[in-house]
Amino acid sequence: MRVKVRLFAQLRDLAGRGDLDCTVDAADAPTDAALANTVRVEDVWQALVRDHPALASFTRAMSTAVNLEYARLDTPVRDGDEVAFLPPVSGG
Amino acid sequence: MPVLLLAVTAEPLNLATLVEGVTAAKAGAIASFLGTVRSPNQGRRVLHLEYEAYEPLAIRVFERIRDEVAAEWPDAVLALHHRIGRLGPGEVSVAIAVASPHRAVAFAACRYAIERVKQVAPIWKREVFEGGDTWVEGAVASPDDEQARREALKLACV
Repeated sequence: MRVKVRLFAQLRDLAGRGDLDCTVDAADAPTDAALANTVRVEDVWQALVRDHPALASFTRAMSTAVNLEYARLDTPVRDGDEVAFLPPVSGG
Repeated sequence: MPVLLLAVTAEPLNLATLVEGVTAAKAGAIASFLGTVRSPNQGRRVLHLEYEAYEPLAIRVFERIRDEVAAEWPDAVLALHHRIGRLGPGEVSVAIAVASPHRAVAFAACRYAIERVKQVAPIWKREVFEGGDTWVEGAVASPDDEQARREALKLACV
């Protein structure tokens, strides 16, 4: 499936781009039968990290959002979803 | 045209606009807060800050903060504007106004709102100082983290 990925701040700098189209196949997902054919936010992240290894340092220090709702790494994603990865925030 | 109570904008912020937006006959108090660009910061002369936001999510988060304020203080009315883009020292990055029948709630809700912005709004700033630049890293945004919300409430109600 294809998802639209949004990266911000440090993550965008590390990847070189803020908007990416990411192809994540079910094959990237765990082969566990219960999870077969389910792609989760974490699978999208792992696909990104494969292409941009420098992102890995943020795995434990970021938030994620799917279709403009804060989400979790185990949130399922569907074809066409917008998946955003957000480094620690610093508004104000 | 009615004043937008919640906004992310590249335009300079005007507190008077927010105050106008929350002014109501039943309000006996309006408390306000302005966040401004500080220099020096951590001993370095700041040239400017560059703010960016995930704008549509930021507006949703502002709506959530508004709803949290309404749940905690039903009579309070919140206006919250955040600026994005390049801001020099002294410029206003965030403006908040809260109207309420009584001052204690206006002050508390105003403090609560800025604490929540810092915890959960998808907004970032890069500090450009003499000799370099760095992204400022604050909280990992987690709006459902009830402990963080309680900390913001505690700060608001001291």
